[in-house]
Amino acid sequence: MNYLNSIKIAFNALKRNKFRAFLTMLGIIIGVASVIVMLAIGQGSKKSIQDQMAGMGTNLIFAMPGSEQKGGVRMGNSDAQSMKLSDVEAIQRDCPAISDVSPEVRSSGQAVVGNQNWPTSIFGVNNNYFSIRKYTIGSGRSFTSTEIDTYAKVCLVGQTVVNNLFGKTNPIGQTIRFGKIPLLIIGVLGIKGENGWGQDQDDLLMAPYTTVQKRILAITHVQSIAASAVSESLNAAAIEQISKSLRNSHKLKDGTEDDFQVRSQSEMVQTFSSISDIMTALLGAISGISLLVGGIGIMNIMYVSVTERTREIGLRLSVGGRGNDILLQFLIESILLSVLGGIIGISLGVVATQLMASLMNWPVVITTVSVVMAFLVCSAIGIFFGWYPARKAASLNPIDALRYE
Amino acid sequence: MMKTIIEVNQLKKDFYVGDITVHALRGVNLQISEGEFVAIMGTSGSGKSTMLNILGCLDKPTSGTYFLDGISMGELSKNELAALRNIKLGFVFQSYNLLSRTSALENVELPLFYNSKIKSKERRERAEAALEAVGLADRMHHMPNQLSGGQQQRVAIARSLVNDPVVILADEATGNLDTRTSYEIMALLQDLNQKGKTIAFVTHEADIAKFMTRQVIFRDGHIIREEKVPNRSNAVELIKALPTEELV
Ligand SMILES: Nc1ncnc2c1ncn2[C@@H]1O[C@H](COP(=O)(O)OP(=O)(O)O)[C@@H](O)[C@H]1O
Ligand SMILES: [Mg+2]
Repeated sequence: MNYLNSIKIAFNALKRNKFRAFLTMLGIIIGVASVIVMLAIGQGSKKSIQDQMAGMGTNLIFAMPGSEQKGGVRMGNSDAQSMKLSDVEAIQRDCPAISDVSPEVRSSGQAVVGNQNWPTSIFGVNNNYFSIRKYTIGSGRSFTSTEIDTYAKVCLVGQTVVNNLFGKTNPIGQTIRFGKIPLLIIGVLGIKGENGWGQDQDDLLMAPYTTVQKRILAITHVQSIAASAVSESLNAAAIEQISKSLRNSHKLKDGTEDDFQVRSQSEMVQTFSSISDIMTALLGAISGISLLVGGIGIMNIMYVSVTERTREIGLRLSVGGRGNDILLQFLIESILLSVLGGIIGISLGVVATQLMASLMNWPVVITTVSVVMAFLVCSAIGIFFGWYPARKAASLNPIDALRYE
Repeated sequence: MMKTIIEVNQLKKDFYVGDITVHALRGVNLQISEGEFVAIMGTSGSGKSTMLNILGCLDKPTSGTYFLDGISMGELSKNELAALRNIKLGFVFQSYNLLSRTSALENVELPLFYNSKIKSKERRERAEAALEAVGLADRMHHMPNQLSGGQQQRVAIARSLVNDPVVILADEATGNLDTRTSYEIMALLQDLNQKGKTIAFVTHEADIAKFMTRQVIFRDGHIIREEKVPNRSNAVELIKALPTEELV
């Protein structure tokens, strides 16, 4: 008996029962389609997070007060007052891997123009901050060093603030109050859109850090430091140098813990990528279960069909089929079912994914790996779940099978 | 002296049902020579089917020896028995046992599928020839449910012929058919026998047995009598003699 014959026999047997074959495949079809769709969603969201974070600058580095906790990450501990302007200056001086550095102080509150108000945040920064965070000056200008030195009451506004408080009128030259402080608008920031978390990056005011420190927050420390590495490949070196510089400035003895933490944007990209990897794995596992259920469906049907077709098996044995021929026939039947179901499922999954992408605007990525994997899993399911019923069919005695009622 | 196709000696077959042992065959000796058309007769339960199943290598005897075409069956493995059934034997069952939703032609091809020496072209040709031999040249692509009982049994006979076996074994092959159709089947088998096929045919009907060359009569697992059929009937003539169908 050659394999080609076995395949023909199995194919003919399936052809005789098209509808049942289709119902059997349905489980696999749905399982595979959902695996494809889920993985596409998972991969897509990962990619979109990566893209958007890259848009925020992959050579961006933050330094914040507060020590890193074992296991967990404590971010933005603004109570700690350990960071000073002198730290920023030291970094600027000591760290060759850093191109730009800026202090950062933040406050949230109401921005008021005339009788309109809008809840937003004000960022106190220096002139380097724009290039570090990849902000552009849409119109107007940024601060002069005199303005920084004199805590001048000037600011730049984001487009969202402009839209909400000025509408169509030109804000430059007008006054905006933040808290009780009237600030002269000297420029408008270029539009940046949402970041990876869906935050509006245009909903802010930027003022000299001295202004925010003295006039709004009444503090002398800085809340955090933003810097950019010379290039992304120097991120690690930059983090090293900043840490060293800060330890120096803070006079930390060897063996004591840092009282600050330094993180790079690309590190965070990795963190978020790995989170979405976990999500992808989870989605994959859930749809994998439906694939498993599909496989069990195939086993059920094959098992029933062995019983139902006992006389057929008896006949095949009586005309000279060997146990192995019968085994092969049933095995190939179940493999054909699952592989055919797999192919249909893959096509369906790809179509559904494209539909989702175009109708709902979801970010999706179909990888060859997921398609190939779905296909291999299907074949494996065919063999795995086909084996037991096929074995049972093959072990039948010719005369018992023929007599079966 | 013709060649001996089948030879069994002291053949016994016991079935165990719970605590009870059923002695279906209690020491049977039988020889069938090439070209014979043997009727295996007896009342229901006398062991005819058990005997035929053992002759057909579908079942193993409890004891005794069996030579088919000179080969001793006792020592063969399951796979060797399957190969033997494939090459040397043809079966015809009472209930036809055709694959449903499978054309007559494909049904007849079935045994050849399990013979790797036969390529698909030869398989097709031989199946067509077998169907022509049983007079179904025009029904090759019909499904079993589009054929009458007699035609289905012809397909089954074509299937038993297609591998050119040394012997055809039939168990109550006319049991489900009316008189005229039974005679038509017998005419076909007589014709095949005429052309040299050896046939062993189980039946409990005396008028069917009269078409054959020899009768072997079973009772209680023994052969109680063996005899040549004295006035052998000719099926073709008997069909002519049958009253034409009347509408009731
Ligand atoms: N598989 C079996 N299990 C138990 N008893 C059986 C089996 N097959 C046949 N027999 C018994 O063996 C005897 C002979 O049966 P069988 O050869 O079928 O008779 P026949 O075909 O002459 O009517 C009967 O008593 C029957 O009950
Ligand atoms: Mg019987």
